[in-house]
Amino acid sequence: MDFQWTEEHRMIRDMVKKFTDQEVRPLAAEIDKKKELPQALIRKGADNGLTGIAIPEAYGGSGFGEIGYCIMMEELSHGCASFAITIAAHQSIGCMPILLDGTEEQKQQFLVPMAQGEKLGAFALTEPGAGSDASALRTTAVEDGDAFVINGSKIWITNGGIADVVILYAANDPAKGPRGGITAFIVPTDTPGFSVGTIEEKMGIRGSNTAELIFEEMRIPRSQVLGKVGEGFKNAMATLDYGRLGLGAAAVGASKEMLRLSITHANERKQFGRPLADQQIIQFYLAEMAARIYAMESMVYRTAAMADRGERFSRESAMVKYLCTEWQDWIVDKAMQVHGGMGYMTHMPIERFYRDSRINRIFEGTNEIQRIVIARDVLKKGEY
Amino acid sequence: MNIIVCMKQVPDTAARIKIKGDGKGIETSGVSYVVNPYDEYAVEEALRLKEKAGGEVVVISLGPDRATEAIRTCLAMGADRGVHLKDPSFEDADPFVTAQLLAKALSGMDYDLILCGKQAVDDNACFVGPALAEGLGIPQATVITKLTLAEDAKSVTVEREVEGGREVLQLPLPALVTAQKGLNEPRYASLPGIMKAKKKEIKVMDAAAVGVSGDDVKQKIETVSLSPAPERTAGKIIPGEPSEAVKELVRLLKEEAKAL
Ligand SMILES: Cc1cc2nc3c(=O)[nH]c(=O)nc-3n(C[C@H](O)[C@H](O)[C@H](O)COP(=O)(O)OP(=O)(O)OC[C@H]3O[C@@H](n4cnc5c(N)ncnc54)[C@H](O)[C@@H]3O)c2cc1C
Repeated sequence: MDFQWTEEHRMIRDMVKKFTDQEVRPLAAEIDKKKELPQALIRKGADNGLTGIAIPEAYGGSGFGEIGYCIMMEELSHGCASFAITIAAHQSIGCMPILLDGTEEQKQQFLVPMAQGEKLGAFALTEPGAGSDASALRTTAVEDGDAFVINGSKIWITNGGIADVVILYAANDPAKGPRGGITAFIVPTDTPGFSVGTIEEKMGIRGSNTAELIFEEMRIPRSQVLGKVGEGFKNAMATLDYGRLGLGAAAVGASKEMLRLSITHANERKQFGRPLADQQIIQFYLAEMAARIYAMESMVYRTAAMADRGERFSRESAMVKYLCTEWQDWIVDKAMQVHGGMGYMTHMPIERFYRDSRINRIFEGTNEIQRIVIARDVLKKGEY
Repeated sequence: MNIIVCMKQVPDTAARIKIKGDGKGIETSGVSYVVNPYDEYAVEEALRLKEKAGGEVVVISLGPDRATEAIRTCLAMGADRGVHLKDPSFEDADPFVTAQLLAKALSGMDYDLILCGKQAVDDNACFVGPALAEGLGIPQATVITKLTLAEDAKSVTVEREVEGGREVLQLPLPALVTAQKGLNEPRYASLPGIMKAKKKEIKVMDAAAVGVSGDDVKQKIETVSLSPAPERTAGKIIPGEPSEAVKELVRLLKEEAKAL
């Protein structure tokens, strides 16, 4: 085993860290307040390859795989969760379905411009009646000649209101459900019959766009069916393996930022004539934050390496998503405690990280669902 | 247009520097290194010139093994290839020796323009660029904030900051210039660029390849001692009504600080 970063890993980290320090962090408070990302920031990120780091060079990306992607997510998450999640929804669940099951033509036509950041992606699975039970979706796709006619709606779709391409999951045969009844489609958002409904107001990641999508008699040609008819649910689940891993990496970055700020504050703030850092209980908080970050980081990159070797990592990415996001919440909470009242005020970034952190235990499968996935696996195997 | 950029890898400007036990160097363990920020302006300017006039951008650096990463970063920004001057006998090279080694290495190469940073932010010597130009016997302009290539590509016009104004110089090529902040806004070593850089050549030149030995690399400058900057003492807060406090401030500035 070799747990060393390579030169290219360090270069990726340095580059994204610099980008985050110079371009992202200075805007984060305003992005949160205005509930919108500046178009110029997305553009600049795209120009520097953030939109395609994991995608092979042949399809417009940089070809650094999941390890590279996780390093990038980590560093972006030091600065602004809204921006990091926008990039994540685009790449890890927007581009990935096409990379996994797209035909060569689909990859050239859609994936290349997406990886290059000319087109922004989104992943549309959730519906009002289909959250954790995603396969209960009711959006229908009816075959009509060389096309499918799609009717229905999706809710809470990240990037939904700003995307150029949406990966849409719809029921081609509701009776069959997840096994044979759900199909994935590549949907350019300028397709007639596609419209954006409500844009949600949220507790955190306020600069990330969360939208309702509506489909009325929307015709999608057969050439835009992703994978085989009826096999869309498998594509969605395989995609979420990548998404969940990336959320773990984002949790590592946000947690490191919280520890960094907590250390600075504990050294600078004096009470009872001494810096807070002299108090044993504060030291214990910092120590436990650091120890958890070490475990989180270890599991993220071990799992990323599995993904890059082409191994199955569904169970592991569920574990990563579950533990890293639970601990991220624990860590931001402790960071706020170390900061005291200062942490609660909006001129410090702590309260924003606190609000931004909470979503991670809910989306891309709640942490209850992650434990169902893990339990199913260990019960089947009878051991670890 | 063949352009050479001389680049030094320096400790990260955010790194906390500790002086070594012998008082003559710095603790290098745990320090992360970056491309000297002024050299980034030089690389950027070289890339812009190449984009306009074509040709090749070569980055040359003298440094230990770890300097490869900084060269690779410049290749990721878009430079075409790298040259790494690396030899155990180069480890203690002072600015004078560095300039001589660079001059030796470059004398066999084909170039129209050499760009350096105005200084390296580690030792702040501001020495290598000018000394290299001397060594090569070519014209130089230091601390430039603007560079324009002539239509016929036979000269460059540069602007330099001088006390209270601006100086405009024209230099016939080949020439050497050193870059100041404000020359341009350096691009990032983009992610696709990092991948492409893996396939670019970095040629390593040791003492034999450079054609030097013994006395050539002997330090001309001896470091006697290094000491940290004195710690800043706590400021003084003058309490009371603003009008009274200002009077007290003026008194202190006159009598204690003797600044007025
Ligand atoms: C900000 C935001 C962005 C989102 N982005 C996207 C996106 O880009 N694309 C997309 O498709 N979706 C997206 N979603 C939807 C998200 O994936 C769902 O919210 C999530 O899967 C949970 O579904 P639900 O909210 O309907 O909760 P429910 O399924 O109603 O669950 C409510 C609670 O019950 C628990 N629960 C449910 N079933 C079980 C069970 N069987 N056993 C034990 N506990 C259970 C859950 O864990 C949860 O605690 C987003 C959501 C949000 C809030």
